[in-house]
Amino acid sequence: MIRIGLPAHLRTLARVAGEVELDLTGAVTTRQLLDALEEAYPALRGTIRDQVSFERRPFVRFYACEEDLSHDSPDAVLPETVLNGSEPFWIIGAIAGGA
Amino acid sequence: MSQVRVLVGTRKGAFILSADGKRKNWEVRGPFFGGWEMYHLKGSPADPNRIYASQSSGWFGQLIQRSDDGGESWNPVGNKFAYDGVAGTHKWYDGTPHPWEFKRVWHLEPSLTDPDTVYAGVEDAAMFKTTDGGQTWAELPGLRGHGSGPNWQPGAGGLGLHTIVLDRANPGRIYIAISAAGAFRSDDDGASWKPINRGLRSNYIPDPEAETGHCVHRIAMHPSRPQTLFMQKHWDVLRTDDCGESWREVSGNLPTDFGFVVDVNSNEPETIYVVPIKSDSEHYPMDGQLRVYRSRTGGDEWEALSKGLPKNNCYVNVLRESMAVDQMDPCGVYFGTTGGQVYASPDGGESWSAIVHDLPAVLSVEAQTLP
Repeated sequence: MIRIGLPAHLRTLARVAGEVELDLTGAVTTRQLLDALEEAYPALRGTIRDQVSFERRPFVRFYACEEDLSHDSPDAVLPETVLNGSEPFWIIGAIAGGA
Repeated sequence: MSQVRVLVGTRKGAFILSADGKRKNWEVRGPFFGGWEMYHLKGSPADPNRIYASQSSGWFGQLIQRSDDGGESWNPVGNKFAYDGVAGTHKWYDGTPHPWEFKRVWHLEPSLTDPDTVYAGVEDAAMFKTTDGGQTWAELPGLRGHGSGPNWQPGAGGLGLHTIVLDRANPGRIYIAISAAGAFRSDDDGASWKPINRGLRSNYIPDPEAETGHCVHRIAMHPSRPQTLFMQKHWDVLRTDDCGESWREVSGNLPTDFGFVVDVNSNEPETIYVVPIKSDSEHYPMDGQLRVYRSRTGGDEWEALSKGLPKNNCYVNVLRESMAVDQMDPCGVYFGTTGGQVYASPDGGESWSAIVHDLPAVLSVEAQTLP
């Protein structure tokens, strides 16, 4: 079981409260996690990564285990504590000011 | 008695304002999609309870929302806007080639006859179409591909396709406008396009009378006069009486002919409205007075309408999608400001009052007339 923390706007969009849990096992990568998340919650397609290039959106960041994983390869296996569900994988809207 | 529903898109959510035919007492619902930029909402003429909304943010990109019950509930539909084939380049602000990049949907125009068919105008400028209620979108590539596309340059607000006008009398005829490429017409439901900018003069571009490159802000048409269109260009108000083949300036006695909006009275095809803005460097009304100008002669001769509008210290703007008319008699006219006011006139512009005062900056206003 993998736990995912979503920013407030995406929780509203996905119509979930609190963390999302995905029943994934084994050596899961960020790409596989996002594939499963979008499969479970189609409304999130395009909000975290581009639907054509699959690039992470610029103002979206990935964190886990107090580390910024945003620039890791999407095919890198997630940290063990994320895989075993003891820590969530955080999807964060960057604190970027704006109007 | 008929009802009016005004759909308002703002920088931080959408609002729905409803009133009976008197248009005096308004119910305000919202915010819907709070915190998101709502560039445009529009209902289907064929099924007014079917409403489409463009929802976007700098963080999470573009979404399209659809309501089948007049805005009571919403569901996200398809949001994949992929350019057809190799996207290619347009010109950047400095004249260098720049890849076409999808940024947002500026305008949603539902078909006049089919609630599941909608046209979308996007930035970077292109036209998309859905025929399945928004689940999937496909580009109409003939617009970007008609020849001048590689030379289009963005206006200050981006390279946005913001105006889509469908012609009820001539199915398949579509008018669009792009900042800052100009106006275009299709006679075959978007398969092929031609620029329709003859008569436009823009002194701020290298060739003031170029075929494309004009910063058209808005086009409006009365359904009973499909050959006549009115245009608010960056500077200048113009009209055409031959489906865009030629335009002539009708700014007449306007105090300034810079502005963004233009619309046509639903009962009087030669009665038109604009909101003059002081200049393109100041973006607020003249002398701190918010005034709508009305011409009952299809242009050239204009009168100021100010009853109920701020008479001093008003420095808001009225953006290009932010004026609409209803189908009542007398015609109701509505406009929203960057200061968050939505003004309504139930008497064709004679008098105005604010339905709401303190919304986020208004990006778009559309009016629906319901049985």
